[in-house]
Amino acid sequence: MEYLSLFVKSIFVDNMIFAYFLGMCSYLAVSKNVKTAAGLGVAVIFVLLVTLPINYLLNKYVLAPDALIKGADLSFLSFIIFIAVIAAIVQIVEMVVEKFSPSLYSALGIFLPLIAVNCAILGGSLFMQQRDFVNVGESAVYALGSGIGWFLAIVSLAAIREKMSYSNVPAPLKGLGITFITVGLMAIAMMTFMGISL
Amino acid sequence: MDAKLKETILNPIFKGNPITVLVLGICSSLAVTVTMKGALVMALSVIAVTGISSLILSLLRNTIPSRVRIIVQLVVVAMMVILVDQILKSFEATYAIDKQLSVYIGLIITNCIVMGRIEAFALGNKPWPSFLDGVANGAGYGMILLIVAFFRELLGSGTLFGVDILNWLGYVPNNLVILPPFALILLGCIVWVQRSIQKDLQEK
Repeated sequence: MEYLSLFVKSIFVDNMIFAYFLGMCSYLAVSKNVKTAAGLGVAVIFVLLVTLPINYLLNKYVLAPDALIKGADLSFLSFIIFIAVIAAIVQIVEMVVEKFSPSLYSALGIFLPLIAVNCAILGGSLFMQQRDFVNVGESAVYALGSGIGWFLAIVSLAAIREKMSYSNVPAPLKGLGITFITVGLMAIAMMTFMGISL
Repeated sequence: MDAKLKETILNPIFKGNPITVLVLGICSSLAVTVTMKGALVMALSVIAVTGISSLILSLLRNTIPSRVRIIVQLVVVAMMVILVDQILKSFEATYAIDKQLSVYIGLIITNCIVMGRIEAFALGNKPWPSFLDGVANGAGYGMILLIVAFFRELLGSGTLFGVDILNWLGYVPNNLVILPPFALILLGCIVWVQRSIQKDLQEK
């Protein structure tokens, strides 16, 4: 039951985009049409799901105070360890996908390597570190939920932007300006989920 | 100071602002703008990281093989961010800096401004202009941060830097302004104002 609650919460209440603005750069840049947006969304879910449990274990057994060496607190190294794990995993995932599923590889295209510098991935690890999950399962559920939340956010914004290209927006607001305001309104709509607990 | 150097410094502040024109580094910028203090700390951290890592990578630019440059950049940037984070931690108690800021300081590593300026400028230019370019881009970013934070703290809490401005007049703080969505709407308005002044930025 806790898993379900955590899952729903990480999708709707603690949404990566609407509550924490993580992964905004690629969110705004790649949301021009639904198909590529969905491709990036799937890649984000996948990479989050792989890196978060690994970073959880590293955090618990290497970086936490007294974990590796008695009396040593290695948590100051967490930024560099997390980003190294993420960069390495993205590289491995890219090679595996290229080898075993060329069609998926060509569908994801440029997005896979770009994910290494997507704030949503590193942000997921840093929030995971701050939240003190009790086991690997919780961190995996959190990763899946956050990934799906990000996916839903980017697909819905892409769909809105596709429709918006037909509407008559004031010239200075066209493109970036109206996109910011749209995301803001979407975030207000998502706030209706606030306070949900199963 | 020659004209090119001056252009390097002034361009990122307004005409080529990293947030409103290049759309880089929005990720970490919006969550820290609830108070002026948080925004100022974040702005100074980003200025330090972009400036010094541009300087270091510009010094190294002829020795890094281009195949592994991304990893080298990440390592240098991560090192700078760790330094900034440790310095902030030592001041945490004295100046009551918000603990959640630490997550967003960590996210400077993946802030596109840092990597973007290194790729686009520092790897092809001498150290001094690269340092100035990094600092100027950090400042352009910080300026937008402070503008957003100004409105959010003033309207959301009635204070600036924690000092009461509006409350004693009987102002009722608007809680919507504190919440995340309003930062996006404010940023949209800033883009609107800038593009009304600078017509060449408007999208077709």
